[in-house]
Amino acid sequence: MAEVTYREATRIYPGTEQPAVDRLNLTIDDGEFLVLVGPSGSGKSTALRMLAGLEACDEGTIHIGDRDVTLVQPKDRDVAMVFQSYALYPHMSVAQNIGFPLKQQKVPKAEREKQVREAARILDLEEYLDRKPKHLSGGQRQRVAMGRAIVRHPQVFLMDEPLSNLDAKLRVQTRAELADLQARLGVTTVYVTHDQVEAMTMGHRVAILDYGVMQQCDTPGELYRHPENLFVAGFIGSPAMNIIPTDVDGDAVVFGSMRIPMDPAVAAAAAKSGGAGLQIGIRPQGLVLGDEGVPTEVVVVEELGSETFVFADIEHLGERLRIRIRVDADYAVARGDKTHVNVLGPVHVFGTDGLRLKTAEEQAG
Amino acid sequence: MTLTARDKQLRGESRWGTAALGIVTWLVAALFFFPIFWMVLNSFKTELDANTTPKLLFEPTLDRWQAVTETIPGLLSFSEAFYNSFLIVIVSTVLVLVLAIPAAYALSIYPIGNWRDALFFFISTKFLPIVAAILPLWIIARELGLLNTHLVLIILYTAMNLPLAVWMLNSFFREVPRELIEAAQMDGTGLYGQIKDVMLPIVAPGVAATALLCFIFAWNEFFLAVQLNPVEGSTVPVWVSTNVTTRGMFMAKLSAASTLAILPVVIAGWVAQKRMIRGLSMGAVK
Repeated sequence: MAEVTYREATRIYPGTEQPAVDRLNLTIDDGEFLVLVGPSGSGKSTALRMLAGLEACDEGTIHIGDRDVTLVQPKDRDVAMVFQSYALYPHMSVAQNIGFPLKQQKVPKAEREKQVREAARILDLEEYLDRKPKHLSGGQRQRVAMGRAIVRHPQVFLMDEPLSNLDAKLRVQTRAELADLQARLGVTTVYVTHDQVEAMTMGHRVAILDYGVMQQCDTPGELYRHPENLFVAGFIGSPAMNIIPTDVDGDAVVFGSMRIPMDPAVAAAAAKSGGAGLQIGIRPQGLVLGDEGVPTEVVVVEELGSETFVFADIEHLGERLRIRIRVDADYAVARGDKTHVNVLGPVHVFGTDGLRLKTAEEQAG
Repeated sequence: MTLTARDKQLRGESRWGTAALGIVTWLVAALFFFPIFWMVLNSFKTELDANTTPKLLFEPTLDRWQAVTETIPGLLSFSEAFYNSFLIVIVSTVLVLVLAIPAAYALSIYPIGNWRDALFFFISTKFLPIVAAILPLWIIARELGLLNTHLVLIILYTAMNLPLAVWMLNSFFREVPRELIEAAQMDGTGLYGQIKDVMLPIVAPGVAATALLCFIFAWNEFFLAVQLNPVEGSTVPVWVSTNVTTRGMFMAKLSAASTLAILPVVIAGWVAQKRMIRGLSMGAVK
């Protein structure tokens, strides 16, 4: 087990100019479960493959523990990887697949079998040891891939979207099992996904990438409550945050017919930029339908059973604007209803550069 | 899979159409098979029967088979020719695989910038008609003292089949998901282990198909053998041709020799049939 450090790590694919991973600085603590998340093309898989040694690090360094592994071959890095396709060897049985890394390490046969059985027991694969991968279900294959990783007791686990080939129900179940397994084994884990729900539920910390640049790395709660910029604000949370262009009116921002007062520090920063190009971000959970607030007309109602999301139009800065609002499941609402939307908060204010303006409290802290 | 009448209707197949297609298929197969059938039949005839008006009814004899397998001092014998052929063909096929597997692996898994050009270069060496190269080849062989040796044919057959083998193996290797090789790397395998433990077992049918084709091409090769190694050390095709005489009738004897000559290829093809079809159609469907 070990700490992993990316220092200014950069990957530029041959024939391209835009780096796939651009000067990544990130330290992953010993035993931590870190999730790399981002849309496709964000460089999250590339960052993982750089740590695996499958992609070269064109600039900067990567350290595992005290060791600089930047130029170390994958087989000598002491990391294990679970691939999206699981990459099981089709000609080998489950037992041979799990035992393959041990065989490469020249572990004696008896010891190897013991460890394979132990891994199979942990992953509930004992009765399938003699089967070939093609005779296994998706979930079982995924567990075999896990088995092949844990049997080695590596310093770091790398997982590249390991759940994306499972159906929705199994994915939720396996998600919890994986998080539990990682906690029990206590091995530093780097996990790549494009699914922000997976990222938020599994990671101790989540690093968000976009166009190869790390946007923010923090605990799921912090990312949700204090997104650093517009990209993080829009990416984290489902449904996405309402991002609304706005104007400044004194110490307040405009939301439809309402004036929402700003924190003094935020107001000062907003005033500095002249008030132009500002945007506010309010989560659907930060809005409420009722008798007070901005007049609105309901357009779409999405009932999820546990809660309901409403898409509604308001009059904002002289234009119609569609916003998302969360309401309780038993709240009676239908398309065409004319009602009001009020702001519960919090309201984030983003400057022209897309960065969130910090409150006085945050600036002090 | 058996199809029901409704399945067939759904596919737009009529009973008569299917039957007609079946008949055409059998006719074409018969057309291809007939010369071989006739050759085998001829080998059991007397020279007189074989050379007169074709007839199906005759008194079978093993006389020509005996004649063709007789050893005549000073002439290339049946057993020598087969020994030479097996030695040359098997050694050259093994050499082809030993050289082509790493080459194809490098081209498919760790491709250089212009791998397509490299691959085209390999196959382009087959564009030159061999007759255009025979004189320099002969001179080089003579200078190196290789005329009438097994070695000259082993080298040339290896060179002859290598481009095809690299080309075929490259396309088989490309079918193997890249992630499997990466998984093997992560699991601690070196280059040799990746090829031996992961790649080869997966593409075994493709390797078998490649080996069989190399075997067949080398086994049937006549031109180089007759030019560079025409005497005692020569191969089966050369031996078959020695049964052609300028005087007298030889059709039945030649048929017996030819039947013997094609036997190893037929047996190898039969044994490898299943694997070979899988190998040749690898990549046709995902």
